[in-house]
Amino acid sequence: MTTVWMRRAAFTGRWLGLSLYLGFALFPLYWLLKIALTPTRLLYSEGVRLWPSATTLAHFAQVWTTTQFPRYFWNSAQVALGAATLATLAGALAGYALSRWEFRGKASVSFVLLVTQMFAVMLMIVPLNRMLSGVGLNDSLLGLAVVYAALNVPFATFLMQSFVDAIPKDLEEAAMIDGCTRFQAMVKVVFPLTLPGLAATAGFAFTAAWSELFLALVLINREADKTIPPALLSFITKFSVDWGQMAAASVLLLIPVCFFFAFVQRYLVAGLTSGAVKG
Amino acid sequence: MASVSLRGVTKKFGNIDVLTGIDLEIGDGEFVALVGESGCGKSTLLRLLAGLDWVSGGDILIGNRVVNDVPPRDRDVAMVFQSYALYPHLSVADNLGFPLSLRKALPGSIGSKVAGVAASLGLDRLLHRRPRALSGGQRQRVAMGRAMIRAPKVFLFDEPLSNLDAKMRLQMRAELKALHQQLATTAVYVTHDQVEAMTLADRMVVMDQGQVQQVGAPLEVYDRPANKFVAGFIGSPAMNFVEGSTVPGGIALGDHTLALPGRRLPAPASKVWLGVRPEHLILTTQAEGGIAARVAVVEPLGHGTMLHLSLFGTRWVVLDAGRSTVQVGDTVYLAIRPERVHLFDCEQGRRLD
Repeated sequence: MTTVWMRRAAFTGRWLGLSLYLGFALFPLYWLLKIALTPTRLLYSEGVRLWPSATTLAHFAQVWTTTQFPRYFWNSAQVALGAATLATLAGALAGYALSRWEFRGKASVSFVLLVTQMFAVMLMIVPLNRMLSGVGLNDSLLGLAVVYAALNVPFATFLMQSFVDAIPKDLEEAAMIDGCTRFQAMVKVVFPLTLPGLAATAGFAFTAAWSELFLALVLINREADKTIPPALLSFITKFSVDWGQMAAASVLLLIPVCFFFAFVQRYLVAGLTSGAVKG
Repeated sequence: MASVSLRGVTKKFGNIDVLTGIDLEIGDGEFVALVGESGCGKSTLLRLLAGLDWVSGGDILIGNRVVNDVPPRDRDVAMVFQSYALYPHLSVADNLGFPLSLRKALPGSIGSKVAGVAASLGLDRLLHRRPRALSGGQRQRVAMGRAMIRAPKVFLFDEPLSNLDAKMRLQMRAELKALHQQLATTAVYVTHDQVEAMTLADRMVVMDQGQVQQVGAPLEVYDRPANKFVAGFIGSPAMNFVEGSTVPGGIALGDHTLALPGRRLPAPASKVWLGVRPEHLILTTQAEGGIAARVAVVEPLGHGTMLHLSLFGTRWVVLDAGRSTVQVGDTVYLAIRPERVHLFDCEQGRRLD
């Protein structure tokens, strides 16, 4: 009797705790959506209310038709997909090498990869600009994608290394005896089995690139090449802030990321646990 | 099909010598078992044959071609792993067809070969399944089918039956033997299980500490082990040993003297190891001059009885073919069949005679 009661209490407590946390975490998103749907004339007149007396999709329409938003959206998509592809590819190959091979300087490579994660992005701006100018990639989306990819490679490498570690070596050796080169064995056997890892890695790199503001602001100057995060700032002008459109644009910004995670989440949950804990 | 030769093969991992000078000739179509305790180098030797590791010295020849630097895919060998190493993301049919698809075989011919191999192994109803939906024995069959399908020059087996339960192991052992009789492909089979090695192999290679201890037909090795290691390793229950010293015409074992008429013995008062297999000890009576021993454990086997005895200050095992009525604590009397006694020198354990 008491154990049943205790179990119920524990269940309710956990449920309450999670609900509180979820409410706390999601409230800003809710507020964003609410503002995006509130007609401009009600924004300041109604005071603080949980839901406006009237809603409208006008902000979304304005953002999509009267601003350059579709263009920024397309720019962001190119940069984020490019960065995710590059980072995942490089991370997968490097992770494979770190997992499967012993080579001189292996420990140093891992260490240096880790150290790069400790630099403030701020410190890299000037050198990055110089390097990109040197190869003619300054003020270009490709340059931005390369920078995002580079910043994500260390994490992608560590993630992929743990996933490859979990794949038994026997499988590759069997494939090599069956007629594969090492590269074929990697492509035909190891990578299909690390699909969750590849999805997780691509997901992280994509999200990081998609929502990055600072580097995009500094490295891209041409208006036509802007990505969404810096473009959102243009809703703040000298004289006013167009909260409605800015909120609508932010909601649109969230949509692809939500779709992406809805798609990969079942790989993620299975992948992150099975990849990180060897077994 | 092809013969396999190992000539002075050595392998080092860092500073550790894993194999020290292996010489071995395996005939075309022969089934050879490499047997030894874990860490004896038998698996390393198999990996060298497969091309998964490189030799540190010496030559490996498959079909008269030196393959030291040939990558695994070009050696035309097939391997069955202890873990089966089935590709988890492929169906049984695709697992079986994998080696063929890599060799650019036509899809139609792959299909018919897969069907043929699957039928011969009883896998025809499982072709669409993934490996995780198969039992241990079925996985084992798929692994064998994948090895058979391209008719390689040599089969390599790395403890293929170790992950099966006891009953399945016996069944697959018999199937494996039948399969080899039918295909007659050269096979090298690594196992730590000396019963598997004896039952399957045309010849067995007993290894210890990176060296070949003895090569021979199973019964030859069983009847005339070349040294004390082989004698103790081959045979279950294991051979009994006692240290003795030679006297004219026999061996003194404590206060008992075992007469060994007609045997060539080292000079009197030399120390020797005397070994007797459990089935070569006979229960007898005190009147007939048996050696007294106290029974410590009685293990009825159904087809016989295994007795653990305290004898010569150590534990000896006797395999009695009958249903013994002996109880723990009883004293029994043993006769040793002199013609079945093995003698080894005390320093290096080499066989004497």
